[in-house]
Amino acid sequence: MAKRIDVSGLNAYYGNFRAVEDISMTIEPRTVTAFIGPSGCGKSTFLRTLNRMHEVIPGARVEGKVMLDDENLYGANIDPVAVRRTVGMVFQRPNPFPTMSIKENVAAGLKLNGVRNKKVIDEAVERSLRGANLWNEVKDRLDKPGAGLSGGQQQRLCIARAIAVEPRVLLMDEPCSALDPISTLAIEDLIGQLKEQFTIVIVTHNMQQAARVSDRTAFFNLAGVGQPGRLIEIDSTEKIFSNPSVQATEDYISGRFG
Amino acid sequence: MSSLATSSPLSSSLTERRLPRWMPIANLLLALLLAVAIGAGFDLSSKPQWLLIAAILYVVIQYVSSAVVEGRRHAKNYVATSLVWVAFLLALLPLVSVLWMTVSKGIGVINANFLTHSMNGIAINQEGGGIYHALIGTLEQVALASLMAAPIGILTAVYLVEYGRSNKLSKAVSFFVDVMTGVPSIVAGLFILSFWIIILNMPFTGFAGSLALAILMLPVVVRSTEEMLKLVPNELREASLALGVPKWLTITRVVLPTALGGIVTGVMLAVARIVGETAPILMLVFGADTINMDPFNNPQSSLPLFVWTEYSRGTDQSQARAWGGALVLIAVVMILNLVARGIARWKAPKGATR
Repeated sequence: MAKRIDVSGLNAYYGNFRAVEDISMTIEPRTVTAFIGPSGCGKSTFLRTLNRMHEVIPGARVEGKVMLDDENLYGANIDPVAVRRTVGMVFQRPNPFPTMSIKENVAAGLKLNGVRNKKVIDEAVERSLRGANLWNEVKDRLDKPGAGLSGGQQQRLCIARAIAVEPRVLLMDEPCSALDPISTLAIEDLIGQLKEQFTIVIVTHNMQQAARVSDRTAFFNLAGVGQPGRLIEIDSTEKIFSNPSVQATEDYISGRFG
Repeated sequence: MSSLATSSPLSSSLTERRLPRWMPIANLLLALLLAVAIGAGFDLSSKPQWLLIAAILYVVIQYVSSAVVEGRRHAKNYVATSLVWVAFLLALLPLVSVLWMTVSKGIGVINANFLTHSMNGIAINQEGGGIYHALIGTLEQVALASLMAAPIGILTAVYLVEYGRSNKLSKAVSFFVDVMTGVPSIVAGLFILSFWIIILNMPFTGFAGSLALAILMLPVVVRSTEEMLKLVPNELREASLALGVPKWLTITRVVLPTALGGIVTGVMLAVARIVGETAPILMLVFGADTINMDPFNNPQSSLPLFVWTEYSRGTDQSQARAWGGALVLIAVVMILNLVARGIARWKAPKGATR
């Protein structure tokens, strides 16, 4: 089910500006990998290259290879739409579709991809909402608008929506930065459960969160303003937080800069 | 501590003296009295002049009394408030007077017979007759124009916002849409007249008129739809794309439904703009006194054209019919607007305010 991601020599551009430079890393299946680093260092940009969402921005392009098991996502005959079905994504701010009910939101990925069977959809909705720990809170109001939920519930709704299409990999771009500590805890618990089925990559600014939820941690940094972001090191979370091999990582984690 | 408070240029007191509540009303009465006195004393004949004097006096008196008792800040507040009210009343004045004029002059002729009969065989100085033929003409021509302009306009806006993000073609299209916004209706009419009727040798029909109306409608639809599509948050597009939904489905199932209320309102505003056009109808539809249900054959009439012809006939009876037609035209526009608001409210994204 879950797939391995193998990135080699990846550069990401916005127009002529190189935002991410020469990144290579391997992400194992059924693990949680956290990306940490200062703002603007290319974590989110790199994350978005993993499901070809980067190129949605006008002028943005990618060089390099991203192998999903044995397929190159940037190969010749790859359909970006199919890639995004396989590699799902949860965004920083909860973004349920405002015209749709809770149920329609979760079913959106299936319905818009042509699944018509009502029974299949109902089952997928319940399974995904249970998977996102939201079922008990919303099962009596599935036909109410999704935008009426609280922020934390909306974010779990978005996770349910993302896992409803049964992706192999789940990318999360600062999924808790707009949430209070209780909702954050709920989502962190959820990440722990989801990693049994999915390969999870999470961008976070919260070091404790990275330490709590991830198996491996990658530290990104940039040499200066206007310079591209780089991968400084990637290692087991335990090692990064106790005994990193690069001084810059230790400085960042312990709050010392420069 | 106390030395700090006294040395401050700002007063530290939290209480202040205010004018008594009855004071503005008393000032108003005083201003009115003074205005009457001035008006009568100088023998000014025009009553609006008296009112104007009263208004200016009121603002001055109010400012002075407030400045004396409460201080400059409150006094300025009174002046600003008065200016806002004056602007509001000035804006309301033409609206109300147009409506009042039309209703008072037009309501007399409106009855079931007026709404269900044409002008066929009615002499200009004869009572009776009606607008049925013109109403049919307006509704058919506007519906045809909307059927042409709304899809083209909405699809153009979708191209501009979703596909053509600032490439050369979309900039050119944007520019020409702006130019089209300024095309006078008579020019649109002349264009269709020379192209459709003179070069292609087509007859004068309701459809020829609706072609010109569609030209007038198109830029309004494009502009308003474009603005509405820009308001749809990019996060929604990304959320949909990240689910593996193709771009065209993202647009048709996520972006357009989210913006639907605004798009419908924009189309209805465009309809309201063209429903009162007279010039192209005069040139292309030609006008008729009889009922012609078929917009593709033979001349028709329309409400603005009916108003124009009846008014220019000059008899009391025909001018009364003109006012009646104008009233019905206003009613049609208002009903269309209400329908649009209803649709916009019904389709608006729900749940944010629970």
